[in-house]
Amino acid sequence: MQTVLSIGIDALAYGMILFVISIGLSVTMGLMRVVNLAHGAFAMIGGYLASYAARDLGLHYGLAVLLAVVGTIAIAIPVERFLYRRIYGASELTQVLMTIGITFCVIGIANFVFGPTLKTVPLPPSLSGSVDLGFRSIAIHRLFAIGAGLVVAFALWFLIERTSFGIRIRAAVDNAAMAAALGVRTEIVYAISFAVAIGLAALGGVLGAELLPVEPYYALRYMVTFLVVVSIGGAGSISGALVACLLLGAIDTTGRYLAPEYGEFFFYLAVIVIVTLFPRGLMGRLK
Amino acid sequence: MRKLLTTVFALAVMSGAAYADTIKVGVIGPFSGPFALQGKNFKAGIDAFFAINGNKVGDNQIEVVYRDVPTADPAKSKAFAQELIVKEGVQYLAGFYFTPDAMAAAPLLQQGNVPMVVMNAATSAIVSASPNVVRTSFTTWQTATPIAKVAKEAGASKMITLVSDYGPGIDAENAFKTAFEKEGGKVVESIRMPLNTNDFAPLMQRVKDSGAEALFTFLPSGPPTLAFVKAYNDNGLKTAGIKFYATGDLTQESDLPALADAGVGLQTSFHYAVSHDSPENKAFVAAAEKAIGNPAELSFPAVGAFDGMYVISKMVEATKGKQDAATAVAAVKGLAWTSPRGPVVIDAESRHITQNIYLREVAKDASGKYYNKEIRTFEKQGDPGLAAAKK
Repeated sequence: MQTVLSIGIDALAYGMILFVISIGLSVTMGLMRVVNLAHGAFAMIGGYLASYAARDLGLHYGLAVLLAVVGTIAIAIPVERFLYRRIYGASELTQVLMTIGITFCVIGIANFVFGPTLKTVPLPPSLSGSVDLGFRSIAIHRLFAIGAGLVVAFALWFLIERTSFGIRIRAAVDNAAMAAALGVRTEIVYAISFAVAIGLAALGGVLGAELLPVEPYYALRYMVTFLVVVSIGGAGSISGALVACLLLGAIDTTGRYLAPEYGEFFFYLAVIVIVTLFPRGLMGRLK
Repeated sequence: MRKLLTTVFALAVMSGAAYADTIKVGVIGPFSGPFALQGKNFKAGIDAFFAINGNKVGDNQIEVVYRDVPTADPAKSKAFAQELIVKEGVQYLAGFYFTPDAMAAAPLLQQGNVPMVVMNAATSAIVSASPNVVRTSFTTWQTATPIAKVAKEAGASKMITLVSDYGPGIDAENAFKTAFEKEGGKVVESIRMPLNTNDFAPLMQRVKDSGAEALFTFLPSGPPTLAFVKAYNDNGLKTAGIKFYATGDLTQESDLPALADAGVGLQTSFHYAVSHDSPENKAFVAAAEKAIGNPAELSFPAVGAFDGMYVISKMVEATKGKQDAATAVAAVKGLAWTSPRGPVVIDAESRHITQNIYLREVAKDASGKYYNKEIRTFEKQGDPGLAAAKK
């Protein structure tokens, strides 16, 4: 029983960390219809900025997170203006080629600027160490990540489903020409949602750094996992991504406990089954 | 008479040229991509050798030609080896970070009349692949065996092993198990972890449930080592008193700043620590740090490369610059010298390096820098892996 509970908690924590890192990609792919393979690259930039701020400048963790998110968005704005804007509505192959190209550029630049060694974001005393839950101990940082994931999920859901800006996003995505005719400034709407998605990527990169340490190949190393989460959850669906992460987290963690020698077998088996049953993901929007 | 003189003169010039040649050494390693750091260390070790000893052996000048194989890619490694031998005319092949790359190039050595000096790849079997192979690095068996003794002496009798599920990991598992059982201990469970594992929390639960008193692990250096150590600390294994033993791959110097306080106190066994206290090592580190640029990036492949170049220089000396693989290899069999890592010998039978293996503990020095502190020496360790493979 104790073991079951313990695995349950590990699964929840792993799932929420996956969620925080992947949700930004769900936004770009679902709401903006851009297959953004550079998502991992932006998460990595966030991680590097936070690491630089907290380790080399000695800033407080909270400030470092803020700086990472704002800094990554600042880097992403010109990229959006000059590169991404050309591929909105383009064929998927064009999008994939463009964004994978951006990823390779970012890897090269990161390698040159920060070097090939691992970087971490040092945690403040209040987040480091672990707490005793009675039957096991868990890192405080993981509890923090679970909390942050829930806050992000709720805030995004609120933004997209309950605000007038959310209405404009959805209108612009479904029919850009009609939305523009009704006075929605689609370019600005796109730019803002892109910024939000990038900000989330950066946040995920920082919060997940304990599990997925930052190094130049981060940008490619974890991209498959992010894409799997989005395709299982259904692109653009917040609740779908949340359910997908918790489900995949549970399957992966249990599989790893019971039969580590099978590797990712159970993870990908679950992916195949779910994608066969729900080709648009668990909660995908219909086109 | 005049004609004869001219001929004699021409012969003298020609043979003179033959004895004052540029001798090319082809180095194959990962110089770009995810393992670029290791290739950079090869280069730093080679550059450090030239900085200290110069690039001349007698009248012959040594020139290094690099070829980049970013990840383990036997086909590419073989193609480069062939190109180096045939087109570049190299007299020596060296480098090789990954075992499959070295294995793929080994069949070319006999016909090409070229010795190979392996500067890293750590699987025991490589030296059996061709009589022209000499190795100056280490094997996983060599580094994993002594720590079993350490664990047993520290009071552990039931242990669990967790290794990455690929060749060197399985080597480490077998080596540790063999040595630990010889000491009278028992390995209660052996877990093989997929290489791309990033969340180790469920495995830590397995360790707890197994009832083991200590764990032994092997992971290749890189992102997972960090997550593994954090999971060990965060899941309460450290406070529960379950001891942690690993080979030095896990506490590679370039990863220590990222591990930071989480790594302090970890005990690993390895053939080289950058902090090793000897005049040879001080000179080596000074030269290698200069060559690599950023001192934090210097780690063990550099010393393998440095000693590899020493071996090659001795081979050049023995053959007087002529291409003769058999003489070259025979000349270094039993060669003993003081390496930056301590006293070493090329074992005459296996052509693998016999060396001290050190038990090290991660510590923090006065300036706040993390380093591997050598606390115990296991002298003259050969490679037990080769004997195990022959059985």
